[in-house]
Amino acid sequence: MTIIWYLVALAIIAIPFAAMVFLPINKSKPILLVFFLLFIVFMYGPMLTMGVLSLQGTTGSMTLPAKELFSFHWYSELQSTSSVMVSVRQGISKSLWLSLIVAVITAILSLTLGMAFRRAFRGSGILFYAILLSLMTPGLLLSLGLSFLLYYAGIAKGEGTVGYLPIIGVQAVWALPFGFLVMMSVFNRYDARAEEAARDLGASSVRTFREVTLPLIWTGVFGAGLFGFTLALNEFERTFLVSGSIITLPLQLYIITSSSVLRPYVYSLGVVTILISFLLIALFLVVSAVTGRKTTRAIEDDDGGSMNTSAMQAAPSGD
Amino acid sequence: MSDTGLVLKDVYRIFPGDVTAVSDVNLEIANGEYVVFLGPSGCGKTTTLRIIAGHDEPSSGTVTIDGELMNGVSPAKRPITTVFQHYALFPHKSVLNNVAFGLKMQGVDKAERETQAKAAIELVGLTKFMDRKPRELSGGQQQRVALARVLVTRPKAILLDEPLGGLDRLLQMKMRVELRALQRELGITFIHVTHNQEEALSMADRIVVMGDAIVQQVGTPEHLARHPRNEFVASFMGDNNVFHGTVSGSNGGNVIIDTDYGKVEVEGSAASGSTASMAIRAAAVKISTDAAPATNGVRVRLDFAEYLGDSVKLHMDLDGKPFIAKVPEDRYAEVRALEGKDVTATWAAEDGHLLEQ
Repeated sequence: MTIIWYLVALAIIAIPFAAMVFLPINKSKPILLVFFLLFIVFMYGPMLTMGVLSLQGTTGSMTLPAKELFSFHWYSELQSTSSVMVSVRQGISKSLWLSLIVAVITAILSLTLGMAFRRAFRGSGILFYAILLSLMTPGLLLSLGLSFLLYYAGIAKGEGTVGYLPIIGVQAVWALPFGFLVMMSVFNRYDARAEEAARDLGASSVRTFREVTLPLIWTGVFGAGLFGFTLALNEFERTFLVSGSIITLPLQLYIITSSSVLRPYVYSLGVVTILISFLLIALFLVVSAVTGRKTTRAIEDDDGGSMNTSAMQAAPSGD
Repeated sequence: MSDTGLVLKDVYRIFPGDVTAVSDVNLEIANGEYVVFLGPSGCGKTTTLRIIAGHDEPSSGTVTIDGELMNGVSPAKRPITTVFQHYALFPHKSVLNNVAFGLKMQGVDKAERETQAKAAIELVGLTKFMDRKPRELSGGQQQRVALARVLVTRPKAILLDEPLGGLDRLLQMKMRVELRALQRELGITFIHVTHNQEEALSMADRIVVMGDAIVQQVGTPEHLARHPRNEFVASFMGDNNVFHGTVSGSNGGNVIIDTDYGKVEVEGSAASGSTASMAIRAAAVKISTDAAPATNGVRVRLDFAEYLGDSVKLHMDLDGKPFIAKVPEDRYAEVRALEGKDVTATWAAEDGHLLEQ
C-alpha cells in the first residue's frame, strides 16, 4: 500500500513539472493553476478549519465535524478567570512586549548592518555568512548551550527583569538574519546618487542620513522590524530552555497541549494570534502604500515650457 | 597662477591597482566661462569633474577656487554644485522641496527658502509642477528641477555631468540653447562634461579635450575644429581625414609629406626624413571629376552621399580606408549621381594641418 502513496506523491511533483516542460504555455496554464490552488488549500486549509472549529458552541469538540455553529463561546472563554486562561493572557501580554522589543532591536541592528555592508570591508564576506549561520543553527541546541552558559555564569534563569535578556537575545539572534537580508536587498536597489547630491548641496553626513537615506529605506527598516516581531512572537525552541519561569505564549500553548484536556479555546486563541499577525501585515502594507503613494497623474510630454527668460531678472543669481 | 576662477594645478588621480584616471591636468577656468570637458568614456573627464566637486580627491596636485585651496574640503563646503548625470533628484521630495533643499542645509528659514525656490522653479519654467514628485515628471522636466536645485544655492560654478545624456535628440537641441542662454544670463561658471562633440562645439566658450587620462587640447570650438593638435583630437572631433607619411622636403613655408596615397603639402616645418601626420577637414575637401593633381589630391570611390540638411557628407573609399568630405547641400543631386564612381578629392595646402606626433 505504501508504494501507492509514494507514486501519488511523485505524481504531484511530476505532473506540473511535465506540464511546464512539455506543453505549450496556454495548455500548461490550467494544469498549473489547479496545482497552485491545491497548494493554497494545503497552506490555508488548516487555518480555515481552525477558524470554523473556534466558532463552535459549548459542546464543541477538537475535531470535525463542528458542532453548534456559530457561536463566540470559545472566544469569551478566553476572558474567563480560570487559571489556564489567566496564564494564557499573561503569556500573550509577555509575548507582545517581548516581540516589540525584539522588533526594535532587529530593525536597528539590520539597519546598521545593512549600512555597514554597503561597502565591502575586510572580512565582510566571512561576516555575511557568520550572520546567516544563525539561520542554520538548530534552535534547541542554541537554547541548550546558552542555558549551560547561564548556569556556569551563575545567572538564574527567568528571574526579574534580567531574566528577559536571554530570551530577547536568542529571539533577536534568530530574527536578525531575516532583517539583515531585507536590508541587503533594500540597499541593493538603493540609488546612492541622491546622497551624493545631498552632500553636494551642503548636507552633513547626519543630515544626509536623516533627510535622504532614512526616508528612502525606512519601509525596509519597518519590514525588518516586522520580521523581528512575528519571528519572536512565534519563537519556541530557542526560548524553551532559557526562559526559566517566564512563560511566553508559544511556551504556554505547549504546556496546555501537553498537559491539560484540550478544548476549542485553543482554536480561538490560535485565531486571535493569527489576527494579530495579519493586523501587523496590514499595517505594514498601509504604511508602505501611504509612503510610496503612486499618483496616477500621467507624465505629460515635455510641455514644461522653456526656461523663463523673463523671470531671469528675478533669478537667484546673486546680487 | 590666477587668483580668480577655478584652477587645477598638476592634478593626478591614480586609483588603487595603479590605474591612472587623470594625469597632469593643468587648467585655469575664468569666472563666468562655459567650459566643456569632452572625451570618450573612460578618458578621465568625469573623474576630473568629481575632483573639482570634491566627491573625489586628487592623488596629487591642487584645486583652488578664487585663490582658496579646495583640497580636503568636503563637497558640502565647496562653493560649487553638481547637476548629476541622472539628475539624482530626491525621489521622496516634491519639486519645491528638492529645490529648497540646498537652502535648508544652509539654514535659511522656511518662508525665505520657499520664496527663493519658487523663483528658481519659475526660472526653469516648472511653476505648475511644483508639488509633484520627480517620478511624475518627464526627463526634460527632471533635468530642469536638477538645474533649479543647484541654481538656488548661488554657487560660483555649476558642474554638469552629461546633462543632456538622457534626453531625446530634439529636447537635447532645445536644452543646449536654453542652458547656454541661462548661463549667459546668470554669469555663473558652467563646467559641462560630455562625450558628444556636437554638443561641446555648440555650447562651449572653451573645450577641454581629454583622452587617455590627459588633457589633449584646450581651445575654442572653432580652434579645435580647425586646428586639432594631434591625431587623437583630429579623429575624436570627427570630420577629419588623417594622413601619415615621411617628410621628403619643403616648399616655401610648407612641408612635403610622402604618404601611401601620394604627396601632400601642408603648412609647417619638420625635419626631412622624420615621420609626420596631417589632418584635413572634411569641409575643406573639394570633389570633382577632374584628374588628380600631383600633390594634395587623391582618387577615391564615392560610396554614399549622406544628406544632413545643411550639408552633404560624402563617405568615400581611399584604397580601403575611409575618407570623408562635406559639400554644400545644393550639390546633393550632383554628388548623388556620382555614387559608386571614382572621383578626385583635392584641398588647398593652407587648409591642411600638421599634427603633433
